[in-house]
Amino acid sequence: MTNSIKVLNDKCVGCGQCAGACPFDAISTVERSEHPKKFKLAVIDLNKCTYCGTCVQACNFNAIELAKDAHQAGVDKSEYKGVWVYAQQRHGEIAGVVYELLNEGKKLAKQLGTSLSAVLIGDNIKSNAQDLINRGADKVYVCDDPIFIEFQDDPYASILTQIIKKEKPEIILMGATNIGRSFASRVAARIYTGLTADCTSLEIDPETRNLQQTRPAFGGNIMATILTPGHRPQMATVRHKVFKEAKVEEGRKGEIVDCKVEVATLVNRTKFLGFIKDSSSNINIDDADIIVAGGRGVGKAEGFELLEELAEFLDGAVGASRAAVDSQWIPYSHQIGQTGKTVAPKVYIACGISGQIQHTVGMNSSDIIIAINKDASCPMMQTATYALEGDLYEIIPNIIKEIKSVRRD
Amino acid sequence: MNIIVCIKQVPNTTNVQIDHDTGRLKRDGVESIINPFDEYAIEEGVRIKEKVGAKVTVITMGHPQAEAILREAIAKGADEGVLLSDRAFGGADTLATSYALSMAIKSLGNFDIVICGKQASDGDTAQVGPGIAEMSDIAHVACVKKVESIDDKTIKVERMMEDGYDLIESSLPVLLTVVKEINNPRVASLKGKMAAKKAVIKVLDAAAIGADTKKTGLNGSPTQVMKIFTPPQRTGGEKFTGEPNEVAAALVKRLSDLSLI
Repeated sequence: MTNSIKVLNDKCVGCGQCAGACPFDAISTVERSEHPKKFKLAVIDLNKCTYCGTCVQACNFNAIELAKDAHQAGVDKSEYKGVWVYAQQRHGEIAGVVYELLNEGKKLAKQLGTSLSAVLIGDNIKSNAQDLINRGADKVYVCDDPIFIEFQDDPYASILTQIIKKEKPEIILMGATNIGRSFASRVAARIYTGLTADCTSLEIDPETRNLQQTRPAFGGNIMATILTPGHRPQMATVRHKVFKEAKVEEGRKGEIVDCKVEVATLVNRTKFLGFIKDSSSNINIDDADIIVAGGRGVGKAEGFELLEELAEFLDGAVGASRAAVDSQWIPYSHQIGQTGKTVAPKVYIACGISGQIQHTVGMNSSDIIIAINKDASCPMMQTATYALEGDLYEIIPNIIKEIKSVRRD
Repeated sequence: MNIIVCIKQVPNTTNVQIDHDTGRLKRDGVESIINPFDEYAIEEGVRIKEKVGAKVTVITMGHPQAEAILREAIAKGADEGVLLSDRAFGGADTLATSYALSMAIKSLGNFDIVICGKQASDGDTAQVGPGIAEMSDIAHVACVKKVESIDDKTIKVERMMEDGYDLIESSLPVLLTVVKEINNPRVASLKGKMAAKKAVIKVLDAAAIGADTKKTGLNGSPTQVMKIFTPPQRTGGEKFTGEPNEVAAALVKRLSDLSLI
């Protein structure tokens, strides 16, 4: 059996509610001349339909019938126990998102009545294991070998797959970092299980032990809750700054497991040749609590010096819209939006950015948005938490001056 | 050398507006385009072809209308277009999509490099590229911002990371996902447009690529959408107008009240 969906001709009144609700643009209404009241009829394009059920909820006439295929081949779920967090390290340092995942993982493990483990892969990194225990891990699997000194997808994916197959966790959380997003997908494909990207909320259904993974789609215009009902482990990546960090509990007890690394079993088709640090910023955009971003309205490359001054003053990072990057006022690594990065800092200061959707999809989940713009009618000014109308070259120096005086007091 | 570029048709968000009553994207009259990141994938494929000599084949999976983006890619320098279209591919998640694309690539014969955009603008997962590499049993490098050198056995690339970039060498065949910094895509030439018009697009179904339909589409998707909803929309906040020193002072007061500075 496959999934099926159909419109019941006798119940459909052609109101179009379903067509408006469909996130995939799969429903249209057509004329129905044979109908006594000339009601239209909803028609579902099965090439576009994903059987998500949104239309069923939207219909006030119970005119759409959806049957999902519940007999998907899966695994024996009872064999899988425990919540895991991938403890990403780079250059020997644990990524900030790991502490957030430990906090969230602890909650999930508690609801499931199971334990929380961390997986640490690297070279000479065992000293970090106690740190992970102090942050809530009950167990830390350590895979320590010179082959892991720098991140390469092949050996990292191989070792993680090996220990997943051996230990069978039911949930694995990973940071949605460049590293996490690169090899999580390889691991999920090798194990043949579901992976949900960039989750912003995680809940447990106590009955099925399914992880309800909610994530934005279409640039945050809709939210989707995704399940991996028949397969285990359930894998998810989560962005930095979505959850709060786990608190440190010094001297907390936990188990450290040294995993045997058999290098001969790890395929490696790539070679790491070197790392070149981005010298254009001290604080990277993905970790910043405050981002000062500039757009077309900045007008010139030198203008970014003023933005940098404000950012440095606030311990923040500098971002940019595509227009500023394409004008070569600032490198691409600072670009925020559809073809750049997605960020969610506590404060986002948009200077001379009008707020086209290609930019806002990359920053609209920031806590507070401050817009500085001459044009009060632009979308960014209309939606910002605080909208400052005026010339950024006059306002920013005044903001710096004001902050200085507040800090002195 | 054979280069495969995987692309996706997505709704163009350039002029998309939000319907404030329903909070949804207004879809009426919204055209479909090549996923923005895939433009860089096509261009890089064509640039490698121009440098070392290669055939560039673009593949997409979707409904028959997706043929349009394959022709667009040919206009921009690709040689051939392949459309995967079958009801059995419908409702695929990233794993089932990776499977179908990897089977299609395999069915086309020998290849050296597969190039994908970093992620698609509708799903934003960045999972399909690495997924294809895994299912094709080849290496991959994600977020490539520059191809430094290439010969018939190896490729050297710069991989964009949060704190800078890594220099990675890989044996061929390899799959790369690319970011915007890698190039400036060209505009289609008149000659390219003519070629695109004349091109015969190969349409393949599940049987033609030897795919097991238990692994494609909804059947092959471990993840399922449970529900879809609209997040609360951002509404306008406080507006400050006046002299620069006044608006600056008003803002700093708010921020210090919130203990943000």
